[in-house]
Amino acid sequence: MLLKHKATETAACIALVGVPAAFLGLFFVYPLVAIFHRGLGSSFPTDVLTDPATLRVVWFTVWQALVSTALTLVAGLPLVWATARVAFRGRGLVRALVVVPFVLPTVVVATAFLALLPESMQRGVVPILLAHVFFNVAVVVRVVGGYWARLDPSLWDVAATLGASPSRRFRELTLPALRPALAAASALTFLFCFTSFGVIVILGGPHFATLEVDIYDLATQSFDLRAAAALSLLQLGAVAAIVAVSSSLEARAGARMPLAVEEVAARRPRGWERPALAAILDLAALGFGLPLAALVVRSFATPAGAGLGFYRALGHETTALLVEPWRAVEYSLVYATAATAIALTLGTLAAIALVQRRSGRWLDTVVMLPLGASAVMLGYGFVIAFDTSPLDFRDAVWIIPVVQALVAAPFVVRILAPALRAIDPRLREAAAVLGASPARVRREIDVPLVLRPLGVAAGLAFAIALGEFGATVFLARSDRPTLPVAIFRFLERPGATNQGTAAALCVVLMAVTVLAVGVADRLTSRRIGL
Amino acid sequence: MSRATVVAVAAAVAIVGARAGLAASGSGTVVLVTHDSFAISKSTKAAFEKQSGLKLRTLQSGDAGAALNRALLTAGKPEGDVFFGVDNNLLSRALAGKVFDKYTPAALGQVDGYYDLDRSHHLVPIDHGDICLVYDRAWFTKHAMRPPYTFEDLLQPGYAKLTVVENPATSTPGLAFMLATVAHFGRGAAPWTYWRKLRRDVLVTNGWEEAYNAQFSGSSSHKGKRPIVVSYASDPAAEVYFAGKPLAQAPVAVVRNTCFGQVELAGVLRGARNPDGARKLVDFLLSKRFQTGIPLTMFVYPVRDKTPLPAVFKRFALPMSSPLRLSPATIGANRDAWIRKWTDTVLR
Repeated sequence: MLLKHKATETAACIALVGVPAAFLGLFFVYPLVAIFHRGLGSSFPTDVLTDPATLRVVWFTVWQALVSTALTLVAGLPLVWATARVAFRGRGLVRALVVVPFVLPTVVVATAFLALLPESMQRGVVPILLAHVFFNVAVVVRVVGGYWARLDPSLWDVAATLGASPSRRFRELTLPALRPALAAASALTFLFCFTSFGVIVILGGPHFATLEVDIYDLATQSFDLRAAAALSLLQLGAVAAIVAVSSSLEARAGARMPLAVEEVAARRPRGWERPALAAILDLAALGFGLPLAALVVRSFATPAGAGLGFYRALGHETTALLVEPWRAVEYSLVYATAATAIALTLGTLAAIALVQRRSGRWLDTVVMLPLGASAVMLGYGFVIAFDTSPLDFRDAVWIIPVVQALVAAPFVVRILAPALRAIDPRLREAAAVLGASPARVRREIDVPLVLRPLGVAAGLAFAIALGEFGATVFLARSDRPTLPVAIFRFLERPGATNQGTAAALCVVLMAVTVLAVGVADRLTSRRIGL
Repeated sequence: MSRATVVAVAAAVAIVGARAGLAASGSGTVVLVTHDSFAISKSTKAAFEKQSGLKLRTLQSGDAGAALNRALLTAGKPEGDVFFGVDNNLLSRALAGKVFDKYTPAALGQVDGYYDLDRSHHLVPIDHGDICLVYDRAWFTKHAMRPPYTFEDLLQPGYAKLTVVENPATSTPGLAFMLATVAHFGRGAAPWTYWRKLRRDVLVTNGWEEAYNAQFSGSSSHKGKRPIVVSYASDPAAEVYFAGKPLAQAPVAVVRNTCFGQVELAGVLRGARNPDGARKLVDFLLSKRFQTGIPLTMFVYPVRDKTPLPAVFKRFALPMSSPLRLSPATIGANRDAWIRKWTDTVLR
């Protein structure tokens, strides 16, 4: 009996820790080690790391990411409240729409910002921060919103009855209760801003660079692989430290407030909530809707007047791509579906390991690292690491969803871990005492409790895979482009029809995203309000 | 997940992987490694496949610099058989990296020796084009101003804050334009004196897309504010061809005295899986068929003598007869130092 238990335990450990570790070892650690080895040889790049120019870049990278994260939280929280707590017509749509900026290629959004901002504000820190907020509010709304919607509101009612003011309720109840989800959302946002590339290149101009920008320029323009490797090692080290700190914060915050199985029915706004809701939605429509609406308008503004010309062009042969543009929709969907499946599998195993086992702690840090790794170095790593049989994967089609899953898996972990921690152990114990087998406990308690967060994670993972550009552009075959890759190819060419077709593809990408996220929401929640 | 599902998924992955591997290693395929700007029409591709009996696969890996770096990293164990897209700015680097095998296609006899930059024939010329100052015609008409004619015009009082240039450290057109000023002003201090005077008047972007699509006023998409930009000599033809409606006149024009000549070359990758197919492909890149298609797919000019140009090029973008140029060896020896000098002069 004891022996058998031990065998099952070992098998579980292999599945929970071993599978994700092996996957990350093969597809992340190994290619990076290969490219670092090629770049650095055996000498340690002390000179690069202690160069004052490097220190300046590190400082800018860190502070802009910190400020961007703080601003994103401030901008995102009202919207989280509105979509998680208040019932209004179109709430499901707002939840899905919020994810749209997140999947758009940074070059498209940055260019839209250039068109909307007054000339004096086009370059510098302000537009960079604004763009980061625009992109990452999706993370806050999805990660924190999914959590908030399942907090039992009766506590707030009690507090209100006892005379606690709204601000006191927010300070002393809401914030502490949300802390695990806030920690997770902050970590993800921070990492995205920390490795920001397209936004910095366009809105920062030549005077601003993050480590990611410097690494790209060193590797592809100056051909200085040694310095590029040194900086990306530094970047990874910083990310590892940040992740270790934030996940221990998240674990310590560890939800002592039990979550409901389903979303607690949101209620209609009353009193001051009504104008607050209106203000939040108006602001969101202005801040998020305006740049997106500009894109939609452009996609219909053909030289011959308003019409569907650019959409019709999606079905025709073009010089910008080796296939008809609409085929990119098909490839994007196939890759993103596969990537979501891989990311959910990996992320779920890693999240369970992280919550249930000591040995899962280090795995948590490793799972997060791909978010902080330089896409170009990982791409070069793939090219040199997988060139010899049996590891000759350079031509393999499945390498693309694998890479996309590396970037999506951290989101799955960050969404599931707080939800798993919040499962009240007494529920499981009670079930066991009542005679439920461990399998039945899992089926009837654990699975329903994580189904909703799993849906949130799936939607976000799918969106990330759809929008992933840095590594996909490196590995996608020319006859199988994804949507962001196709958009980029059109933007690279002059002329009205090329620019218009790019806008039409952006609108298609937006539509696909809203649909996918909406479906994931529907499938996993039985009570989504209106 | 049930065990059956796991097995099924594993089997599917194995089959897809094996098929992908087979497709690539078959001798019936030839793989062209190139940059994002490469383009070929379906019919031209089909013509090559029919004539050679080979399937053509294209692997695009970033801008010219990123693509070449990838070829350098995989030298000897290349990802394909032929590389297209080494320009004169990258030539010395490509040759030093021992990325290519020698091959002299017969059709090279039909190419002006002017373009034959690598006499060892590890790389052979395929197309040429020019980087120039390009201006918005409507803007200058509206403001009743004379469009610029030389580099020096940009320093005239009326031209302040009218120009967008790309950063030579991050952009190929930006690099070509910096080289153009060196070729024009000479190798001493003169180009840097010019840039020192110009620095306050130009807006520097990191890439061509932002410069042309967002900051330049003459492009058809976003309306930027500045009417002069560093871009391609073929832009007038491209703007007409992609206008989506008939145009009697191109919206943009080229400052012909500021053009810097670029040649793009191709070569057989050392260690190619299909060296025979690779040579056939290089032959094809120099064939009448491919050369004729170059202008309307890649918006550069064919190198092969007597290749007819499409009407839109004849009317709006005839090739420069003698653009500014520097030898690949000179560029190779000075490029990094000049970029540093430019950065110190313009950005600091």
